[in-house]
Amino acid sequence: MKRLIALVLATLLAGPVLSQSAVPPAPYAYTQLADPAQEAEAAALMLTLRCLKCQSQSIADSDAPMAGDMRHQVRVRIERGESPEAIRTWLVERYGDYVSYEPKVSATTWPLFAIPLLLFAVAALVLLRRLGANRSDSEAETGS
Amino acid sequence: MSAATDTSEAKAGLNKAWVWIPLLLFIGFATLAAFMLTQPKNEFVTSKMVGKPLPEFDLRPAAQDRPGVSIANFRDGKPKLLNVWASWCLPCIAEAPQLEELRDSGAEIIGIAIRDRPADVAGFLARHGNPYTRIGADDLSEVQLEIGSSGVPETFVIDGQGVIRHQHIGDIRAEHVPMLLEKLQEAK
Amino acid sequence: MFAEIGHAALWLAAALAILQMVSGALALRAAEGEASPYALYARPAAVVQAFLAAIAFLTLLHAFAVTDLSVKLVATNSHSMKPLLYKLTGTWGNHEGSMLLWVSVLALSGGLLAFAERRLPERTMSATLSVQGFVALGFYVFLLFSSNPFERLPVPAVEGIGLNPLLQDIGLAIHPPTLYIGYVGLSVAFSLAMGALITRQVNPNFAKVMRPWVLGAWVFLTFGITAGSYWAYYELGWGGWWFWDPVENASLMPWLAATALLHSVSVLAARDALRTWTIMLGVVAFSMSMLGTFLVRSGVITSVHAFAVDPERGTLLLVLLGLYVGGSLTIFALRAGSVAEGKRFTATSREGALVFNNVMLSAILAIVLLGTLYPVLTEAFDVRVSVGPPYFNPAGAIFAITMFIVMAIGPLLRWKDDSPARIQPQIAVLGAVTLLVIALVVFLGDYPVLPVLGLALAATLGLAALMPLKGRKLTRVPTATWGMVAAHFGVAVALFGMACEGAFTQERLAAVGPGGVEQIGDWKVQLESVDPVSGPNWTAIEARLAVSRDGGEPVTLNPQARNFWAPAQATSESALLTTWDGQLYAVIGDAAGIGPDGQQRWQLRVWWKPFVTFIWYGGLLIAFGGVLSIIGRLQVDLRTRKASRRREEQREDQAAIARDEQAAGGATPEPAE
Repeated sequence: MKRLIALVLATLLAGPVLSQSAVPPAPYAYTQLADPAQEAEAAALMLTLRCLKCQSQSIADSDAPMAGDMRHQVRVRIERGESPEAIRTWLVERYGDYVSYEPKVSATTWPLFAIPLLLFAVAALVLLRRLGANRSDSEAETGS
Repeated sequence: MSAATDTSEAKAGLNKAWVWIPLLLFIGFATLAAFMLTQPKNEFVTSKMVGKPLPEFDLRPAAQDRPGVSIANFRDGKPKLLNVWASWCLPCIAEAPQLEELRDSGAEIIGIAIRDRPADVAGFLARHGNPYTRIGADDLSEVQLEIGSSGVPETFVIDGQGVIRHQHIGDIRAEHVPMLLEKLQEAK
Repeated sequence: MFAEIGHAALWLAAALAILQMVSGALALRAAEGEASPYALYARPAAVVQAFLAAIAFLTLLHAFAVTDLSVKLVATNSHSMKPLLYKLTGTWGNHEGSMLLWVSVLALSGGLLAFAERRLPERTMSATLSVQGFVALGFYVFLLFSSNPFERLPVPAVEGIGLNPLLQDIGLAIHPPTLYIGYVGLSVAFSLAMGALITRQVNPNFAKVMRPWVLGAWVFLTFGITAGSYWAYYELGWGGWWFWDPVENASLMPWLAATALLHSVSVLAARDALRTWTIMLGVVAFSMSMLGTFLVRSGVITSVHAFAVDPERGTLLLVLLGLYVGGSLTIFALRAGSVAEGKRFTATSREGALVFNNVMLSAILAIVLLGTLYPVLTEAFDVRVSVGPPYFNPAGAIFAITMFIVMAIGPLLRWKDDSPARIQPQIAVLGAVTLLVIALVVFLGDYPVLPVLGLALAATLGLAALMPLKGRKLTRVPTATWGMVAAHFGVAVALFGMACEGAFTQERLAAVGPGGVEQIGDWKVQLESVDPVSGPNWTAIEARLAVSRDGGEPVTLNPQARNFWAPAQATSESALLTTWDGQLYAVIGDAAGIGPDGQQRWQLRVWWKPFVTFIWYGGLLIAFGGVLSIIGRLQVDLRTRKASRRREEQREDQAAIARDEQAAGGATPEPAE
């Protein structure tokens, strides 16, 4: 299914890949790990890693061959005992923050966290002023 | 009584100020959007491994008449070009003449074929020429992932110690050839 | 010939939009109380404009229906062998056609407003129509000069390129039209808000006029988003129903603003409070619609959904955005001070709860906007980041959770002033339910935090939605109140579905040969065979799956992997089995090598999603609640009009009797009439 999307989007991408490889998918691209706990860990991680050839999908939702290869890497490494965070770090070292959907506070992403906090403060301020003030005013006011 | 009027005046002042916030936010957005509209769409994911050494790897030969590729091939003191390609990749056909030109200018090109069958590799090389001294077969995109490449074709400038010095994304056009030769010189 | 008629109709409609805009604006120059000679033209201009826009759209529809390959749009987006339904729906399955749909709905809603609305003071109506005309004009210009749907090819094409197979689905018949009616219906709210602001008429009377428009648009928007989510769920084959994709967010943001707006306008109508909020939300809601249009069509964001990626069109849209959003926000900033303070209320009152609701919805809106635009911002600095569900879910949840808590209690509070002590028993019950459900789920297993909270809040909200009915005679409850109950209960149902899907979904992925059996939850899935099949414009491999639960009767599912040929694309047609407590979702993928028994194996993906359908049942229930509210208001409106008409008649009768008595002087009284 994602073949479709990969294809459509691949035609929009200026550079690479305009067709599909004939080599079969990687062993762990479409096979789950035997241990359900490990598979759950892998699945959770895959949902937060971005498919590099698609417009806006995680590797868990994409049928692009490279996404399959990335899923293979994730599962193989989890089976080997690596932690999901280590695998994520490994990918981020190679592709930058773009490959990870997991929000991490860094020099490039701090506004994503600062602004909701700011919103929270502003919301609290607005509510206190609007609702707090009224309690004392409502006796004095006759309504306007 | 004056305290109450002071606070109500202050409140009125604040009230007057906040009505401008939505407009200011919109102006910020419009500026950003206008700027982005003038920029060409950047779809490439650049590798963060530029400046870092190549990983340890050893790939089997992808073609009958060329040996395989391993990390040792990059540590002989001579800068090389690493070309990530595949027979099913259309822009790779477009860059074949430029690769020939680079080889003729003295550059050594080592190729890594991504997810490719030997027959298809041989067919491609027969049709479009073979500029490679070695070709490795990367069936699971393992090396591609290790060096931060996100598609084909991509060309990397590797220095004599196996450190990645430059990444060129997309097919090599005629105007890129001098630039790549220069990068090779710089990598010495 | 039809295309030329449509094109001409569009030009005429644009001309009428100018007339509408100028006439409405000039009408404002008349002194207060005086009727302006220019005001005469605005209403008829709007109505005729609506007809012309409808004609333009119908001609395009016709071109697609007969596959008129001399029209460039048809040649690039249609195919003579497509089924008729998809030929018709393909009309809006592309940039120009969908833009024409947008503009047609804009004109039609403006025409309906001009034709049917008589309750506003004339000056306000003139200002409103002028703004509506101004907005329509910009979009006509955009359509006529940069996205002409009626462009002809010098030589008609031999055959069309075809419609994207993903769009060859009933979803395309439902999702875009309802969504657009929603988005663009908000334009009327926008024009009304601006009209009231300009003529300083922000009062309950104006709110009563604006309310049905907001409700109507909101109902369609809710339905459109629900339909879109379900369509993506079964069409895309990955079992997800929301990805915080920028285009999905572009539809959610107007919805959030419209939800806040409909609550705000109700308060203004009933209690004469929240005046500034209502105006601001009225402006923001349609601004979000326009912002969404810009984001989706300019190429500034990356999305699976994105339409035509064209910076030139994007620039024109940005100019329109600057005019309308920038202009309206400027007028708002300048005039907001003149909006008199509404009636006061305390924090613990229904108005107070609704202010809280407004603030929370606005905060969620801001977060969605931030997350959607942030990658664009960083790209300006040559850095690429990805913002997806792992950000949006927790960030939105912070505000959503507090909002749901207040939403549970709000409808129980009285207007103007109330004390929490009065509803202490209800709060206690709700609190107990929340804690109980959390404890239960935590006891049953290890589930992620957000779904657990979602389940607890869903139970609490569901109960709280029904609480206003307690102690009342159900047949005497006003329809509008039933609407509120249904809509709030719908939110609880949808939240329940979302939480269950998040917590309890099971997935099974395997390479299976014919005869192979996979187990998922209580279900046994057996692949019986894989055969080639074909359709009108596709071929496919179809799997026959025998699915049974707890050893019950097997049901056959037929997922397909399809290959279309015009255009050449592959899609996955998932097979769904819906039971009362969830859905089994099966997808067949590529061949996966030869198994040890020598048979071809296939990639099989199966999900068991408990209660996932409740997400969309909830959405439908919310929309239904809105419909009930509209009906309820109409009922009240009709009753009030009937009552005031009767009073009017009584007054006339009494005046007539008084006149007759005077005429008769002191003479013998006239026999009774």
